Amino acid sequence: MERFVTLTAIAAPLAEPNVDTNQLCPTRFNKVAREAPDYQRILFHDRRFDADGKERPEFLLNRPPWREAKIIVADRNFGCGSSRESAVYALMAFGIRAVIASSFGDIFRSNSLKNGLLPVQLPDDAVTALRDAVTASQGGAVAIDLPAQTVTGPDGTAYRFDIHPLRKRCLVEGLDDFALTDRYADEFAAFEARYRAETPWLFGER
Amino acid sequence: MAMPRTLFDKIWDRHVVAVAEGGETLLYVDRCLIHEGSRHAFTMIEEEGRNVRRPAQVLAVADHYVPTRNRAAGLPGIGDERIRGMIELLEANTRRHGVTLFGLDDDRQGILHVVGPEQGITQPGMVITGADSHTSTHGALGCLAFGIGQSEAAHVLATQTIWQRKPKTMRVSAGGRLGAGVTAKDVILAVIARIGSGGAAGHVIEYAGPAIRAMSMEQRLTVCNMSIEAGARAGMVAPDDTTFAYLAERRCAPKGPDWDRALAFWRALPGDSEASFDVDVDIDAAALAPMVTWGTNPEHALPVTGRVPDPEAPENASRRADLRAALDYMGLAPGMKLTDIAIDRVFIGSCTNGRLDDLRSAAVIARHGRAKIPVMVVPGSARVKQLAEAEGLDRVFHDAGFEWLDAGCSMCTALNGDQLRPRERCASTSNRNFRGRQGPEGRTHLMSPAMAAAAALAGHIADVRTLG
Repeated sequence: MERFVTLTAIAAPLAEPNVDTNQLCPTRFNKVAREAPDYQRILFHDRRFDADGKERPEFLLNRPPWREAKIIVADRNFGCGSSRESAVYALMAFGIRAVIASSFGDIFRSNSLKNGLLPVQLPDDAVTALRDAVTASQGGAVAIDLPAQTVTGPDGTAYRFDIHPLRKRCLVEGLDDFALTDRYADEFAAFEARYRAETPWLFGER
Repeated sequence: MAMPRTLFDKIWDRHVVAVAEGGETLLYVDRCLIHEGSRHAFTMIEEEGRNVRRPAQVLAVADHYVPTRNRAAGLPGIGDERIRGMIELLEANTRRHGVTLFGLDDDRQGILHVVGPEQGITQPGMVITGADSHTSTHGALGCLAFGIGQSEAAHVLATQTIWQRKPKTMRVSAGGRLGAGVTAKDVILAVIARIGSGGAAGHVIEYAGPAIRAMSMEQRLTVCNMSIEAGARAGMVAPDDTTFAYLAERRCAPKGPDWDRALAFWRALPGDSEASFDVDVDIDAAALAPMVTWGTNPEHALPVTGRVPDPEAPENASRRADLRAALDYMGLAPGMKLTDIAIDRVFIGSCTNGRLDDLRSAAVIARHGRAKIPVMVVPGSARVKQLAEAEGLDRVFHDAGFEWLDAGCSMCTALNGDQLRPRERCASTSNRNFRGRQGPEGRTHLMSPAMAAAAALAGHIADVRTLG
C-alpha cells in the first residue's frame, strides 16, 4: 500500500453532499482493468466529459487551479453507494490522495484506507469553513499532517481530526492487512477449531 | 449479571478472532460472496502468492454481467466481448481456486443476494461478507452481512477473516400495520427519507416492531437490502418462526440432527430485551403511503401523493444546491404532482425486488390492464423464474405486454447492456437512483413492484391504491 504521511497540495472545493460512487466511477467502467492507460479519465467521467469525450470546461476538476488538486474538500456523505473500489482507484489515478468531508460512505472509507487514500472527517462547520477558505484562496495549499492528525487551510486555520490508531499506523508505514493478519495465525487456528466444534452444521457439504 | 446484548452483539462477540490496538477486531467470516466484479481480489491474492484459504466457504455467482435475453445461446451468445470476458474471468478464477460458481447455465444462478437466502446458504448467526454493497440483504435472516471492496475481499479470500471496527447500533422500530398497497419497499424508502442517505453511517440497523414481524422473509430481505442506502454497515432482523419456516428444507440448510442443533442455537440469537441501542428510530407503518423517489439519491423520496419539492425552501445552502442539481438532472419542475410525471420505461427486478413475492404483487396490478410503455420483468434468480412460471405469472405479464426475461442484475446496474437511453425516465424497483446508474443521463424513480406495474399501465407515476 502507498504510504501517507504528510501532504501539502491544492485542494478542490466540491460543495456537494452525497457524492456517490457512481459519479466517482460510472458503473460501466468497472470492467476496465486498473492498469489501463488513461484510467484517470474514469473519475467523474460523465460530469467531466461530454458525449464526445471532450472536457466540460465548467466542471470543477477541469478548471485551473483545481485540475492539479491532490485533495478534495467535499461535504457530507462522500462516497456513498456501492462497494466498488474503482471509485478509489479513479481518485488516486487522477492524483487525489486525501478527501476531507463531514462524513463518508462506510465501504468507501474502508476502501480508501486500504489503498493509501486518506479520508479526513471533520465536523460540518469545519468542512464548510475550510472549503470556503480554499475557494477564496483560488488554489492556496492545504497541508495534511497524518502523524499530527491536523489539516491546515490556506488561511492558516488548523483543524485536528480523529483517525483509528491502527489505520493511522498502516497508512504511515504503508502496511497492508495481510501482514497484520499473519501475526495472528495461532489465534486463528485456535479460534477455528473451537468454532467448528460449536457449530458443525456450518461446515457441512454443499 | 452479564451485560444485556443485542442480536448484533451476540453475533459479533462469537466471531472475534483477535483484537488489536484501538479495538480494531479480526472477525471470522462464515461465508464470502463474490461475483464477476471481484476480479481484482483474485489478482491481489495471486500477487501476494496466496490461495483461497477456505474455498468451501466462498460462493461465486454470475449476476452483474449476465444477459437477460438469448440465454439459451450461453456464453457464445454474448456479443460484447468485454461483457463476455468478465463472466469468463470469473469462471477461470473460481475454477483455479476451487470456489463454487453458480454460472450462466446453472439452475441455481441468480442475483447473489437472491440466491444466498433461496439456497439456504445464508443462515442466522453468520458473518457474511460480500463484494457488493447490497450484501446487507442477507441480514434479514438474522446474520451480520455487509459489503466490502476488492482489497477486503482479497483479504477474506486469503484469510477467512476481516479487520473491522465495531460499529454502533441503531434500532428502527416499525409500529402498526401496513395499509393496502403499502409494502416493504415503501417502509425502507420512508426510513431513508427520514434519516438521510448517510443517516445510519457507522451503524448496524436492527429492524424491529410489529410491522417487521408481520413481514414475510422476502419482504424483510427488501428492507435489509436498502440499509446501505441509509449508509448503514448492515441491516438485520432477529430470527423467528418466519425465518425458520423459510429455511427449513432449503438445499444448503442444515438437515436432520444438524437442523435441531442449529435451531436451538438460532432461537437464542435474538437480542436480550434489556439491551439498548446507540440510536432508536420509530416509524408508524400504518401512516405510510406508497413512496417514490423524485431525485438522484434514495433520500429524495416522498409519498406518491406529494409534489416535487421547492429547492429554495431549505435553509442550508448545501441542501439547496443538492436539490437544485437533482431537479436539473431529473428534468423536473418544483411543485409538480408526482403522479403527473410521465414515465418512458419500467424495470421490475433486482436484489431489492426480484423475488417471487415481488413478482406476484406486480402481477396483481398487471391483471388490470395493458402496459402503455415498455416493461422489463427480470426475475431475481432462475429458481424465482421457474416458480413464477409454475403459477402462471409469466402469462399474466405477457398478457399485459410486459417482457418476461432471464435472471440477473440487469437494468439495476446496467452492466449487461440493459440500460436507459439518455434522458429516458424509468419507474424502477431497484435500489439506486444515482445519476447515470441505469445508463448515462438516465432518470430513475424508485418504487415498489406494484407501483412500478401501476406506472406501466398508466404511463405515468400512479398511486397503486387508486387502481383497486
